[in-house]
Amino acid sequence: MDNHYYNAADLNKFGNIADFQKNLGKKFFDYYGEVFKDSELTAREKSLIALAVAHAVQCPYCIDAYSSDAFEKGWSEGQMMEAVHVAAAIRGGASLVHGVQMMNKVKEIAM
Amino acid sequence: MIMKTLLAEHNKLSHADEQIEILEHGQSDDFALVPFQQRLEENNLYPLRPTGVEIFQVNLGKMCNQVCKHCHVDAGPDRKEIMDKQTMKQCLEALKKNPQLKTVDLTGGAPEMNSGFRWFVEEIRRLDRHLIVRSNLTIILANKKYHDLPDFYKQHGIEVVSSLPFYTQDRTDRQRGNGVFEDSIKALQMLNEVGYGEQGNGLTLNLVYNPAGAFLPPSQTALEKEYKLVLKEKYQIIFNNLFTITNLPISRFLDFLLQTGNYEKYMEKLVNAYNPHAASNVMCRNTVSIGWDGYLYDCDFNQMLELKLACPSNHISQFDLKNLNGREIVVGQHCYGCTAGAGSSCGGATT
Repeated sequence: MDNHYYNAADLNKFGNIADFQKNLGKKFFDYYGEVFKDSELTAREKSLIALAVAHAVQCPYCIDAYSSDAFEKGWSEGQMMEAVHVAAAIRGGASLVHGVQMMNKVKEIAM
Repeated sequence: MIMKTLLAEHNKLSHADEQIEILEHGQSDDFALVPFQQRLEENNLYPLRPTGVEIFQVNLGKMCNQVCKHCHVDAGPDRKEIMDKQTMKQCLEALKKNPQLKTVDLTGGAPEMNSGFRWFVEEIRRLDRHLIVRSNLTIILANKKYHDLPDFYKQHGIEVVSSLPFYTQDRTDRQRGNGVFEDSIKALQMLNEVGYGEQGNGLTLNLVYNPAGAFLPPSQTALEKEYKLVLKEKYQIIFNNLFTITNLPISRFLDFLLQTGNYEKYMEKLVNAYNPHAASNVMCRNTVSIGWDGYLYDCDFNQMLELKLACPSNHISQFDLKNLNGREIVVGQHCYGCTAGAGSSCGGATT
């Protein structure tokens, strides 16, 4: 193993995860393929959602893949950055909304 | 930034042999791709042979009013290489003798800038062939003498195939130059005004999408829907079909790939997306491409790489269809561009 955790070349090896568990790997990739097909949402819309989620989960492989995919599918730089802001707003909001919990606790114990 | 042709910049890529050297041997020893020929051999397609030539594609010259970043012709206003009337006459002779050549496809440069264009169109129509003109749209507005082109196209029942790399100004102008989107929209509206794009009247208007960068086109069907929706809603424009075309790593697009450090990744992308079904449907199997100087090629890309037809009669003056149909098509690493993903041709995706 290298002395770093992420390698850009590993993205192309994603499919290899099925080498260690064929059955589950196959089920996952079949599901994955199905999820991203045109359906009630278009493949184009799904690509932008995936880009935002990739930033929320901070997956460098996913960011690499869906930055290309979303741009290829015609989203502009501005639209893509707005999607990242959506992820950031939800992540920020998720922390801040717990501030209510903090406030509740403080109010509970404070004189 | 004003774009110049590679020729005007004295760029070494203006020489076909320099391009071939990079495509076939890469820039470094540690970058090697599976030879295209080998992939064809694996699919029992090598040597690649014609299925029967039906499309007669004539490049009327490299002169163009635009200088697009992805142009594989290195066309531009400074290019003087255009087809003369004598060569056009030789083309007409070849068409007369070979009724199997059902479709004539005129390209360039901007074919309309060739002073013999209108005469040539009229003569081809006399021979009752389906006629396609690949128009860059902005030519219609470039000069008063071109304003009547929509009527001229209509009069001769020409199928117009027009480049519109995207339905937004930003992407179109980045590839084709400032102001191109606005002029293209106006030109499309002019074509619609004379009836182009309506279903069932025989006036076909097809648009061409090219990726504005180092990536492959998305699904042709999905993109056509989006183009139709946006162009109708925003600009009241209608058209028939959208053709998605992959950029081949030739000339100015090759220069872009090299300048931006995208060359190796792009080539890998093309190679990884090799589709055997697309390989069996490549357009060179039913097309012959004629250069401005009358030499014959397997396709417009081979023409720009100066890879002449591997056939004893490789000039229009010695046109021999039987000979042509028996030839071996010249292939190279650039051919991966036509076999990637859903495939690519002058008529869009091939699978």
